[in-house]
Amino acid sequence: MEANGTKGLVLDEPLIFEKSSPGRVGIGPAHSDVPEADPSKTLPSKFLRKGIEGFPDISEMDAVRHYTRLSQWNFGLDSGFYPLGSCTMKYNPKINEAAARLPGFAMLHPYQPEHLSQGALELMHSLENYLAEITGMEAITLQPSAGAHGELCGLLMMAAYFKAQGKPRTKIIIPDTAHGTNPASSHLAGFKVVPVKTEGKGALSVEMVKAVMDEDTAGLMLTNPNTIGLFEKNIKEIAEVVHSKGGLMYCDGANMNAVMGLVKLGDLGVDVVQLNLHKTFSTPHGGGGPGSGPVGVGKALEPFLPCPRIKKDGGKFSLDFNRPNTIGRMKAFYGNFSIMVRAYSYIRRMGASGLRRASETAILNANYIKERLKGTYHLAFDEPCMHEAVFSDKFQLGSGISTMDIAKRLIDYGYHPPTVYFPLVVHGAIMIEPTETETIDTLDRFIDVMKAIAEEAKTDPQLLKDAPNKTKIRRVDETRAAREPILRWKKV
Amino acid sequence: MPYIPHTAKDIAKILKAVGAGSVEELFSQLPAASRLKGPLAIPDGLSEQELLGHLKSLSSKNSTIEEYSSFLGAGAYNHYIPSIVDAVISRSEFYTSYTPYQPELSQGTLQAIFEYQTLVCQLTGMDVANASLYDGATAVAEACLMAKRITGREGIVLANALHPEYRETVATYLTGTGDHLSEVLYCAETGTTLPEAIDAACTDKTACVVIQHPNFFGSLEDIEAIAEVVHRKKALLVVAVTEAVSFGLLKALGESGCDIAVGENQSFGNSLSYGGPYLGFMATKTEFVRQMPGRLIGQTVDREGRRAFCLTFATREQHIRRERATSNICTNHGLCALAASVHMVSLGSGGLRKLAELNLSKAEYLKKKLKEAGVEVAFTSPSFNEFTVKVKGGAEAALKKLLDKKIIGGLALNRHYPELGEYLLIAATEMNSKEEMDSLAAALK
Repeated sequence: MEANGTKGLVLDEPLIFEKSSPGRVGIGPAHSDVPEADPSKTLPSKFLRKGIEGFPDISEMDAVRHYTRLSQWNFGLDSGFYPLGSCTMKYNPKINEAAARLPGFAMLHPYQPEHLSQGALELMHSLENYLAEITGMEAITLQPSAGAHGELCGLLMMAAYFKAQGKPRTKIIIPDTAHGTNPASSHLAGFKVVPVKTEGKGALSVEMVKAVMDEDTAGLMLTNPNTIGLFEKNIKEIAEVVHSKGGLMYCDGANMNAVMGLVKLGDLGVDVVQLNLHKTFSTPHGGGGPGSGPVGVGKALEPFLPCPRIKKDGGKFSLDFNRPNTIGRMKAFYGNFSIMVRAYSYIRRMGASGLRRASETAILNANYIKERLKGTYHLAFDEPCMHEAVFSDKFQLGSGISTMDIAKRLIDYGYHPPTVYFPLVVHGAIMIEPTETETIDTLDRFIDVMKAIAEEAKTDPQLLKDAPNKTKIRRVDETRAAREPILRWKKV
Repeated sequence: MPYIPHTAKDIAKILKAVGAGSVEELFSQLPAASRLKGPLAIPDGLSEQELLGHLKSLSSKNSTIEEYSSFLGAGAYNHYIPSIVDAVISRSEFYTSYTPYQPELSQGTLQAIFEYQTLVCQLTGMDVANASLYDGATAVAEACLMAKRITGREGIVLANALHPEYRETVATYLTGTGDHLSEVLYCAETGTTLPEAIDAACTDKTACVVIQHPNFFGSLEDIEAIAEVVHRKKALLVVAVTEAVSFGLLKALGESGCDIAVGENQSFGNSLSYGGPYLGFMATKTEFVRQMPGRLIGQTVDREGRRAFCLTFATREQHIRRERATSNICTNHGLCALAASVHMVSLGSGGLRKLAELNLSKAEYLKKKLKEAGVEVAFTSPSFNEFTVKVKGGAEAALKKLLDKKIIGGLALNRHYPELGEYLLIAATEMNSKEEMDSLAAALK
């Protein structure tokens, strides 16, 4: 099959600093309507700087061209299929962008009086309720800025819960399939990580948890559906084991897109869960954020939620700071509000049946890819998957072709590669998450391309080794970036 | 169904291919007893037109700072955002892409963030900056953890004149790894943190001292004198900046003895949006780079020797190092950093200087007008675009009165500083006109 990423006219563009011409003005500030205060007469000289070394001076139009060219070197979800596993790259609806930019949402100061902010507080309060309903949890905080921030928040609440009982606990159990953020967040929250191996089928067994769960262990951090794309079937029994020792069940909800309207985590014994609005709830990823990582809790952890809480009293909304057991605050102000507006828009647009349909369709699409590629690529675990399927390069290794080569060759065909080399338990993992917003035509073509690449791996492996050929730059030397670090531009 | 393209025929085709009779068969893994029988208690879906109508009516229940004259700052500043910013960040190649794990498809984001790192270095006068953190408060918390790693010491000394919500965030972050926090009070006369007070608070177990500049009251801190004291105790000096426009005028932190510069870059290109998303920054000295948290973009070459950029120093990060990572941060605030870059670049060095001078001029004018109206300026230290005044009869009462005149007069300090019941924190930026300021002064007379 002909690789059909084609080369357009891609223009070179220097660093912004290399385009600078001292004295050139872009967009100057407003004219002053007050007498000008001479800084050198207003402030002691020890506080003042002369200039800013190297700061660029660019015309407005050159700045626009600079960033336009840079954008053209990027591949976004709007450019093409982006089956990045565990990242839920679903369509980012344009109405959400318009919503977040409404002046009545964008032009609010976090400290303006509550009675002038009723719409914002109402939106947050409703969003909390919707997320509580979707997860089956008692209460939600919208404060954390991202998934890992939500993890930290949840873990700190767990620590506070045991401390309040007068019996602080020091350990937490984390399966080997977990995202790297889980152990990192646990460490930050002061827990020692007890790793547990998953079994042959990629699922956690009740016995494994029984063997390590004790009364010095705060609980278990489980991703469900897990990073292999399978639902942890024993979750209820596992939760019982954890609870029997007085522990709490933490669920990493990064993969919530598989279960909306199908099951509620609260019904499965989960005590605390973080959500990623920038995955499941369609808010854009921004080339690396901003996201939003709300946390849901059951009754036991409710008193420990971060401050402030949003209170509804009759038809009036307010911020409640009077929470004696709170863990404190995770950040300044109330969370990433404009991301909440987008997620709220999404939920209202979809409605209950739409959310369920989204999860069902995500599962359908993933199983379709899994079924149709399973003879061509090694499938890590051959059973019905949830929202993503994990393959590996096992069949291709014989031709000297690795997962990285397959990923880079996909780029030539106009696709963003799947998540590669994760989860760590699958050697050479290729983790594909199509999401529900892709048509079957897109999936069919992607499947054909994946098959064509497998064929190329046999007949012309060099083609894969050389890939990508059609991008502005070829494979980059990441080792050199780390060994000879250049982390900023400097005037030569 | 919105955003879901499947027709009945498509679904039938998929079910046939996977050998399932129904969608439900694919959920066989879900515990049967827990499967939901009925729909979620969430309202039915709206059409796009209905949704926009609903959102407009919801947003109209808010009063914007355009409808009122606002003198609120306190860590979130109202600045003019040039149209170029939204034009650039609305390009979906930027906002719909993921973290740049595949450099060949992400050179736009990578180069833009590399430039942002450079801009932060230039503003702060530090050697190296990361790609972003969530906000100023979490940036301070991360700086404290970083200082602990570098020094091997536990103690954290926070200036009481550091943003109260930043201090609360630090306290939350430190509960997990050992809370050895202490605070240094400000001088009631100058409104600044005195070097001798810091000297008294530091011990041989102090990892770092955190001050804010200009501080929460708007007062400029004597960073050089403080740095001398802190370094004598072999601790690190962390300086937090909440009003980044001040960089245009105030001496670079790197020249004043700062070891870790952190803070909030919201002032550049990011709308107020009721408190977020904002833009935490962190910059430090080269020697500390491997202890720095967060993503870092580095310059390298591609296979054909062309300049290229990629994520680097990943061995500090959670996906490699897991529990031994320098931080758990993964998704950061990339698009906010892009917005800030575009704003900074469109200002240029001259424009930024002018903007900073304009902010100073506005604040000095307001100060003068308030003094003429008999309002007492609280502290003797110089300020940038924010300062504290003492209002007879209490700040809360004054604010209430001002609201009737459609003025949000600033922030009453009593919530965080009970001893400052009569004090009001007032910010003036280029967005505040002379008329507005005259009205404020007249109303407080």
